[in-house]
Amino acid sequence: MIKEYHNVRSVEGPLLFVEGVYDVGYGEIVEVETSEGVLKRGKILEISENLACVQIFESTMGLDTLGTKVRFFGETFKVPLARDMVGRVFDGAGRPLSGPRVVAEVKEDVNGMSLNPAARESPGDFIQTGISAIDGMNSLVMGQKLPIFSGAGLPHNDIAAQIARQACVRGKGNEKVRFCVVFCAMGITFEEADFFRRDFEESGAIENAVMFLNLCDSPAIERLITPRVALTCAEFLAYKHDYHVLVIMTDMTNYCEALREVSASRNEVPGRRGYPGYMYTDLASIYERAGRVKGSKGTITQIPILTMPNDDITHPVADLTGYITEGQIVLNRRMHQAGISPPINVLPSLSRLMSNGIGEGKTREDHRNVSNQLYSAYAQGREVREIVSVIGEESLSEVDYKNLEFAQMFEKKFLCQEFYDNRSVEDTLGIGWELFSILPHTELKRLAPEFIEKYGRRDKEKDDGGGKNE
Amino acid sequence: MGVTLNAKSKQIRGKIMKVAGPVVVAKEMAGAKMYNMVEVSDERLIGEVIELKGDKAVIQVYEETSGLKPGDVVVSTGRALSVELGPGIIGSIYDGIQRPLELIRKNSGIFIRRGERPDAIDKKRKWDFSGCVRKGDKVHAGSVVGTVRESEAIENRIMVPADVGSGVVRRIEDGKFCVDDVICEIESSGGAKKSITMCHVWPVREKRGYAKKFAPREPLVTGQRVIDMFYPVAKGGTAAIPGPFGAGKTVTLHQIAKWADADIIVYVGCGERGNEMTNVLEELPKLVDKNTGKPLMERTILIANTSNMPVAAREASIYTGVTIAEYYRDMGYCVALIADSTSRWAEAMREISSRLEEMPGEEGYPAYLSSRLSEFYERSGLVETLSGKMGSVSIIGAVSPQGGDFSEPVTQCTVRVTKCFWALDSKLADMRHFPAVNWNKSYSLYARVLSDWYKERLSDDWSHARAELVKILKKESELAEVVQLVGMDALPYSDQLTMLTAKIIREDFLQQDVFHKNDTYCSVDKQMKMMNVILKFYEAGNGVPGDIKKIREMNCTRRIALFRYADEKKGDTEYKGIVKGIDDEFSKIGR
Repeated sequence: MIKEYHNVRSVEGPLLFVEGVYDVGYGEIVEVETSEGVLKRGKILEISENLACVQIFESTMGLDTLGTKVRFFGETFKVPLARDMVGRVFDGAGRPLSGPRVVAEVKEDVNGMSLNPAARESPGDFIQTGISAIDGMNSLVMGQKLPIFSGAGLPHNDIAAQIARQACVRGKGNEKVRFCVVFCAMGITFEEADFFRRDFEESGAIENAVMFLNLCDSPAIERLITPRVALTCAEFLAYKHDYHVLVIMTDMTNYCEALREVSASRNEVPGRRGYPGYMYTDLASIYERAGRVKGSKGTITQIPILTMPNDDITHPVADLTGYITEGQIVLNRRMHQAGISPPINVLPSLSRLMSNGIGEGKTREDHRNVSNQLYSAYAQGREVREIVSVIGEESLSEVDYKNLEFAQMFEKKFLCQEFYDNRSVEDTLGIGWELFSILPHTELKRLAPEFIEKYGRRDKEKDDGGGKNE
Repeated sequence: MGVTLNAKSKQIRGKIMKVAGPVVVAKEMAGAKMYNMVEVSDERLIGEVIELKGDKAVIQVYEETSGLKPGDVVVSTGRALSVELGPGIIGSIYDGIQRPLELIRKNSGIFIRRGERPDAIDKKRKWDFSGCVRKGDKVHAGSVVGTVRESEAIENRIMVPADVGSGVVRRIEDGKFCVDDVICEIESSGGAKKSITMCHVWPVREKRGYAKKFAPREPLVTGQRVIDMFYPVAKGGTAAIPGPFGAGKTVTLHQIAKWADADIIVYVGCGERGNEMTNVLEELPKLVDKNTGKPLMERTILIANTSNMPVAAREASIYTGVTIAEYYRDMGYCVALIADSTSRWAEAMREISSRLEEMPGEEGYPAYLSSRLSEFYERSGLVETLSGKMGSVSIIGAVSPQGGDFSEPVTQCTVRVTKCFWALDSKLADMRHFPAVNWNKSYSLYARVLSDWYKERLSDDWSHARAELVKILKKESELAEVVQLVGMDALPYSDQLTMLTAKIIREDFLQQDVFHKNDTYCSVDKQMKMMNVILKFYEAGNGVPGDIKKIREMNCTRRIALFRYADEKKGDTEYKGIVKGIDDEFSKIGR
C-alpha cells in the first residue's frame, strides 16, 4: 500500500524530515515529488513515532516544506534482476540508461543478507589475469576481494580494464572460463566511464558485462547504493545463474566521501578524519559479498579500486579496506614516473589467498618458489639501490652488483608489460627463471634444487641457442 | 538461539517508538531490567535492553532491523542474554549469540535469514552419561555429578548449576540421555527437591564463579619460537597482539589455535573476514593435536560474527566466547580464548554508543571502553574451580589499530591490562619476516614467574639464554646505524660477529615458516636447543681471533640455519652434530 504525506518539516543537506508518518518501517524506500513534479528517491535512515528521517539519493534541489509530497511504499530498496541484464548499461540506482526496462525474474533487496560463514568455501582457483606482477607474485583467486590501491593520476583504470579483458580461469583440458564483468562506477568522470565502455566494446567484453554508472555529476548520495545494486546483481548472476562474476568497483574513495557527507549532515560523532565510526562495518557489508559458497558453481571476485588521498596508505579509506580485503595491489608513483608500466610495487602488495590458488595442478609446481625468490632478490636489489645512492657503485661487492642488475632487469622485463600483452602464467614464470640466470647460484636459496634442475637448465639451453642465432 | 522464554517470569509487552540502525527505542517497558533479553516485532528478533529512561527502553537488536516500524511489539523475556551450556558445544560454529551456523545453513541456505532460532545444542542427540556421585552424597553448585564423552578429546563433566545450589543426591542414573533429560535429583537442606539436567543457561555478561584465583605459573606453549622463548604467555594469562593489516595477526592467531597446548580452544572471529573462518573450519579437522593425537576440531569451538553480520551481535560475541571458555574451565580444563579482533568489538561498542547519542571519549569511542576491555580480560585466570579442580582461561586478543598507530585508544586501553604484548610490525612483514613480532617493542611480564617452570622442564637456563639473545639483538640495532654510515667491513671483528649472530637469530630462529611441515610447530625442547647452539656459536666465535668471512661459510653455520627444518624426532641427534661441528670447526680456525 502506498502512503503519501505532505508534511515535510525540514530539509538538511541530503536529509529530509517528514512529520506525522504512520506505519512506516526502518530502511523503507521513499519516493519524493517536488512541487514541480520532479521525482526523487530516498531511504529511511531513522524512524520514530511520527518523524521519519529520509536520505535522498538525488540532489535535494527543488525540495520545499510546502508542496513536496513524500510517498512510502512499505518495502525496502529492491532492484529487478534478470539474466538479460548482461550486456546492458544502468545508472547508479539500477535503472537502464537506454532500452527497455528490465523484466524482473526476481526482485532482491539491495542490502542483501549476511552470508553464513559456515556456507562459504575457501577460494582456491587461480585466475590468470595475464599481468605478470599479479599472476606471478600476487595471484588472484576466484572468490577473492583484491583491491588496487592507487593514487590520482596513476594508471589504475588501465590495469582494471586489462584484468577485465584478460581474466580467465583455466579449467580442465585448458579450456578457458570467461568471466562476466559487473562494473560499478562511483563518482568517476564521464571520460573514465567512457574509457571502460569503449574498452569493453572493443574487446567484446561488453557482451559479458553489466555496467552501473554513477558519474561525478550524478548525485553523491546515490553512490551509497550503487555498489549494493551492482553486488545484488552479481549475487544473482553468480548464485542463480552460475556465472563467475568479476566485480570492478571504482572509486571507493568517492563512496566513502559520500558516506561521510551523510554522516556529517546527521551530526554523528566522527571517527578518524571525519569519516563515520561505522565505516568499517559499512565497507565490510560491501566487500564481504565476495566469495564462493557451497553448492553453487558461480563465484564473486571483487577488484575495488581506490585512490589514496596524497598516496597515504594509512588514510582511513585505504586502511579500513586493507583490514577487510584479502590483500592489496599497490601502485607506486615513483615507479610510474620512472616509466615502469604498470607501476605495481610488488613489495607492499599482497595476496592473502595466493597459496590456496597456486602450485601443482593449479598453476605450476615451482610457482611459490619462483615467487619467493623473485621477491627476496628484488627486495635485496632495491636495498642495494638505496645504498648506491649514498656511497656509489664502486664499493659494491660482486653479489651486490648482481642484485642491482637483477632489480633493474626485473622491473624492465617482469613488471613492464604492454597494455595488450596477455602473458600466460607459464610465460610469467619463464621470465622469472630467465631473470634468475643473472644471479649467482649461491643467491638462489629459495628455489628447490629439483626445480633449478628442471626449469633452470632449460633456460640455459635457450641462452646458448640465442647466442648462436645472434 | 539457545535461550527459551521463561514462561513463569512476567512478560512485559511494549511498543517500538523509534528505529535507528541496530538501536530500537520502545515505550511501555516499565519493569524491564537492564540487559534483559527482548524479542522485537512479530519476527521475534533478539535484542537486549541497554538503557532505561522512565518507561522507555533502549534496545540493541542482534539482527538486521530494516522494516521494523514504530508500534511493533517488544516483549521482554525477563532474563539476561544467555548461552546454553552442555555437551555438544565442542566442534560447533556459532554466531555472536550462539546460534549454530551449520544448522542455519541446513535450514535456510547460504544466507542467514533473520528470526532464525535453532537450538544451540542438539536436543535430540543421546549422550552416554555415567555418574560419579552416589545417592546420599552431598553436592553443591559446581560439583561434578557425572561425565559424558563429548568428543574424542574432551570429557564433559556435568556440574550442579549455580541456581540449584547444594543438597544431597537423592537419585542419579547412568545411561543414555538427551541434554534436557533429568539425570540427577538432589534435595536441599530445606527439603526442596531439585532436578539436574546436562545443560543449563548462563548470562553472558556475568562471570562464572570459582573458589579461588591464583597467579599464573605455567606457560601456554604455542610452538612458536618468538612467543615461547622470547615473550611467553602463561596459562591463565592475557596477551595482546596488535598490528596493521597484512602484518600477520590472523595467521599468528591461527597458529596458536592449532598448536597451543590448551585442552580447549575457543576462537572468536569478531568482525573479521568470512573466508578466514572458513579457512579454520576447513583446516582444523585435517590437523592432529600434537599433545593428544586427536583431531584438532575435537577441542575447538568457533564463534563467527564476521564483519558483515549484525554489529550488535558482534558486541555480544566476545562475551559468548568467554562464557563458554569459563564453562570448560569450571570442569578443570585449560582453555585458551582467542579473539580476533577486539578492535572490531570496540568499534561495535562505538557504533551503538553513537546511536545512543552518548558523549564520546577519545576518537568517538565511548568513555566506558577502557572499563569494558579490562572487565573482559579480567575474566581470564588460573583458578581453583568450585569442584576443587584447577582450570584456566587464557585470553589472547588481536588489536587492529587504524593506520598501524599504536597510540589509538583500543591499543592503549588493552596494553594497560594485558601482560603480554606482541607488537607486529609492518616493516618486518614487508621483509617477509614472519611471525612479524617486533623484538624491540614486544614484552612479556610473565617471563620471570615462568622461569621456574622452564628451569624444571628444560633443565637449562632459559632465562640466561633468553637474556643473552635479546642482548645481541639490542647490540645489533645500535650497530646498524654505524654500519649504514661506514659499511660492515669497517667494524671490528667482535662487532661483525655480533651482527652475524643477530642475523642468525632473526632469520634462523625468530622466523618461522607456517607452510613447512617441521617448522610450523617447534617443541620447547627443540626451541631451547636452537637457542643453545646459537649461543654456543657466539661464544665459540668470540673465543677465536677469526675471520668473519670464513665463519659465514662454515658448515656448522649452514647447519644452524637448517636446524629449524629438522624433524622433531631427529632434533637431538642434529643438536649434538651441530655442537660438535661448532667445536671442531672453530678450533680449526683457532689453530
